[in-house]
Amino acid sequence: MRPLSVVVRTGCDLFAWFLIVFGANVIIHGDVTPGGGFQGGAVAATFITLLLVAYGGKKVFSWVRPGIFNGMLIFGLMAFFLLGLMGFPNSFFYNFIAVPHEVVQATGHGVIPPSGTIALMDIAVGIEVAGALSIIVLSMFRGIRLFREGPMEEESGHDR
Amino acid sequence: MNNMLHVVVLALLVLSAFFALWFKDLISSVISLAAFSVMTALEFYILQAPDVAIAEAAIGAGLSTTIYIIAIRACGKVKKSDGGDGR
Repeated sequence: MRPLSVVVRTGCDLFAWFLIVFGANVIIHGDVTPGGGFQGGAVAATFITLLLVAYGGKKVFSWVRPGIFNGMLIFGLMAFFLLGLMGFPNSFFYNFIAVPHEVVQATGHGVIPPSGTIALMDIAVGIEVAGALSIIVLSMFRGIRLFREGPMEEESGHDR
Repeated sequence: MNNMLHVVVLALLVLSAFFALWFKDLISSVISLAAFSVMTALEFYILQAPDVAIAEAAIGAGLSTTIYIIAIRACGKVKKSDGGDGR
């Protein structure tokens, strides 16, 4: 896929970084505002697709290494399972760092109500979804190279 | 006021869905489908589901549009260079 025109590329330069910031904002505030891990991860994964459409595949594949997204996927998944297993004497995903209700009411524990493992789970899911959706788009793009060759190669001595 | 906004958004929804079917150019059709997705996200937001609206705007208007565009580019390559069976 060839890069698009200079208008699209300038717009990509202007707006691509805000996508990352907005996705991180949705992920980090996932326990108190609408959104959460999946939505923020999807917004953050839109960054790589915008780069891919605006700049074409050759440049983007020279910028990023797909192994990074694989690492994000595995790290997010492992963090999710570890967080689930860490509450295990009680139950799966027992909220073991939550401040009890009486303590919150007595001390006025900050402005945001403390949510314990929910916020950490949101961060883990956000990292995992961002990596996974980027991998989907990048490997889909790599798939169209199979059709890109045009006519087949010249016949090279088929009857030797 | 809110009722009027509902009617406008639903009318734009039907209009963009019609244009997604009506365009002969596939890229225009995909862009119209992205507009449909944005209108759906706006409708979700009006109906007080901002959670679903964020997911719809990110996936419907961002990711699936990109995937459609990549697929259309791939198909165009084959058609132009006669990579099929020569028809």
